[in-house]
Amino acid sequence: MTVTEIPTRRITTAKAMAEAIALEMRADPDVFVMGEDVGPYGGIFGSTTDLFDEFGADRVIDTPISETGFIGAGIGAAIEGLRPVVELMFVDFYGVCMDQISNHMAKIHYESGGAVKVPMVLMAAAGAGYSDGAQHSQCLWGTFAHLPGIKVVVPSNPYDAKGLMTSAIRDDNPVLFLFHKGAQGLVWMKKNPRSIADVPEEAFTVAIGEAALAREGTDVTIVTLSLSVQHSLDVAEQLEAEGISVEIVDLRSLVPLDRDTVLDSVAKTGRLLVVDEDYESFGLTGEIAAVVAETDPTMLKKPLRRLAVPDVPIPYARTLEYGILPTREKIAAAVKDLMA
Amino acid sequence: MAMGSASTVPVVDVATAGLRASIDPAGHRPKEENMNSPNRLDLYRGMVRIRRYESRILQEYHADKKPAWDIGAGLIPGEMHLAAGQEPTAVGVCAHLEKGDAITAPHRPHHFALAHGVDMNAMTAEIYGRTTGLCRGKGGHMHLFDPGNHFSCSGIIAEGYPVACGQALAFKRRGTDRVAVAVAGEGAANQGAFHESLNLAALWNLPVVFVIEDNDWAISVPRSRSTATASNADRAAGYGIPGVRVEDNEVEVVFEAAGAAVERARSGEGPSLIEIHTLRLWGHFEGDAQAYRGADLETVDERDPIPRYATALLESGDLTEDRILTIAAEADAEVDAAIAFAVDSPVPAPEDALLSVFA
Ligand SMILES: Cc1ncc(C[n+]2csc(CCOP(=O)(O)OP(=O)(O)O)c2C)c(N)n1
Repeated sequence: MTVTEIPTRRITTAKAMAEAIALEMRADPDVFVMGEDVGPYGGIFGSTTDLFDEFGADRVIDTPISETGFIGAGIGAAIEGLRPVVELMFVDFYGVCMDQISNHMAKIHYESGGAVKVPMVLMAAAGAGYSDGAQHSQCLWGTFAHLPGIKVVVPSNPYDAKGLMTSAIRDDNPVLFLFHKGAQGLVWMKKNPRSIADVPEEAFTVAIGEAALAREGTDVTIVTLSLSVQHSLDVAEQLEAEGISVEIVDLRSLVPLDRDTVLDSVAKTGRLLVVDEDYESFGLTGEIAAVVAETDPTMLKKPLRRLAVPDVPIPYARTLEYGILPTREKIAAAVKDLMA
Repeated sequence: MAMGSASTVPVVDVATAGLRASIDPAGHRPKEENMNSPNRLDLYRGMVRIRRYESRILQEYHADKKPAWDIGAGLIPGEMHLAAGQEPTAVGVCAHLEKGDAITAPHRPHHFALAHGVDMNAMTAEIYGRTTGLCRGKGGHMHLFDPGNHFSCSGIIAEGYPVACGQALAFKRRGTDRVAVAVAGEGAANQGAFHESLNLAALWNLPVVFVIEDNDWAISVPRSRSTATASNADRAAGYGIPGVRVEDNEVEVVFEAAGAAVERARSGEGPSLIEIHTLRLWGHFEGDAQAYRGADLETVDERDPIPRYATALLESGDLTEDRILTIAAEADAEVDAAIAFAVDSPVPAPEDALLSVFA
């Protein structure tokens, strides 16, 4: 019997995204890319690396700084059957184009009674940690997840980024694909080695709406996503040496939310820490708490803990910024607290 | 300054006409009647001061990001957009401003901040993220706020335009003759906020001067691939306000164009727009390899406006070689002192992050 090896190689999250887009573009002429600096530059965070060289200016379109215009144009093109992959450079810039996103991209399918489809991907960089200040460091996924009608995907590693991007492009719904700058594997930013990993060369999908057990454990469940998964994995390795067994649920998407995987894990460990780099109030951490509380609060041996950005804008100076971010140290302390 | 219209856009081109050329092709404003005739030495000094500042920040920014370049590392972390090459814009415009006039600047703000009198020490300390900074370390280089000088920035493209309109509205309602200047790049002129602001300012006859710094590039996207019109003066015409495009990156030409616009705003005649064809001498942000820039990059040094102005002033006798050295040395001393002040200032305590969310 011969075992067929699936060819993989180690690539960054950014490269994995670009590769998924390229494979879909080769397979489907309706797929095209537009956004600021997605052309020869390859995307400020590498999400469109090499696409311009292969597909040219017709299918990889540099836009003016007109987010309402080109995101709206993406919606229109999607309605007519194309499959646009549109980049909003930083998710923080949502403010200038939110009407197209929330009142159009998200609602058209529903408003039309299901008659109109909007099969587009809106991708945007998120996250803090390198002193980019209050207007370039937010996560904001909770803001979008709150609005019915948008799938919200947030990968934590190269494999998922590729598989989720492929699924997002093939999805008949609008998908917001938020990638953390600190998990892109960029050469010019401090990175966790987990931002470079084995990824199959061929196209494959990761189903949107299925969380992953990033690590199995028995004492404490950490429910998290994005870069915080990488931090949590580091912490779990460190705490294992201290005799604490941590299970990590990587949500991978907020909408749809994989409640079952969260509940199964909490039922097993009885202790829950929710880690989120988004703002604390009215967001993901509260949502996960509600899922547990509504199902069976007696699963918890101890009150759950939330670790998120306290409700302040992201400050510039490093001491201030790291004062409010969910760092490894704070994650470890919260886990130990739950075990105390 | 003539009223712009789609067919007759006043275009200033002094490349052939020399530095002292009248900026108004319609001939409305002879030089002698200009409210403030330029102090050439001040203009030169102002530009050198900015250039020395940007050059030292450039050095300091990169100094501790080695060997593996990391944008978040070092004494000055984060994005860094420097304005070398664009000094004529800030110096030419701000020469007409008074204390109390407002400026909204974009992500590339240092030149306008310095030219408008923002304290160099406090601004530098902010860039270093210190408690003595303009914003106590919360803002950073893209978010410099100096209420005393009515100076603010936004890192969101074009979003300073509406704010300038609001400041102008306040100045007008209070019966003052203050002026608000909205500054942004040519890339920003494709954003809705720009167009909405031009209309508002025209409709309400607000004392605003819209300044567009056309440095040919919006990150990697050249103007030709972002903008359907050759001149934003055309767009001003579309909103019924005067617009000029200053084709040359010369401080005295900017000075003259800005003089007319500021005077118009100050005397209650309403808004106008100046687009200046300037130069981005360096990368969009530090760390930008500029591979996209091609042949454009080969001639940037020749187009540097400061040596050119120095040469012109040497020829006209307004400047001597000795003076050039003293001006540079004075600028260096001021900048070094500001950097020393910043470096010696305390770093904010982590818990201070929780302060100032509400008044
Ligand atoms: C709304 C918004 N979109 C995109 C960006 C990202 N961005 C920052 S600077 C820039 C280019 C700006 O070009 P221009 O206005 O010409 O100014 P320049 O950088 O050339 O001074 C872009 C696209 C942003 N900050 N805000």
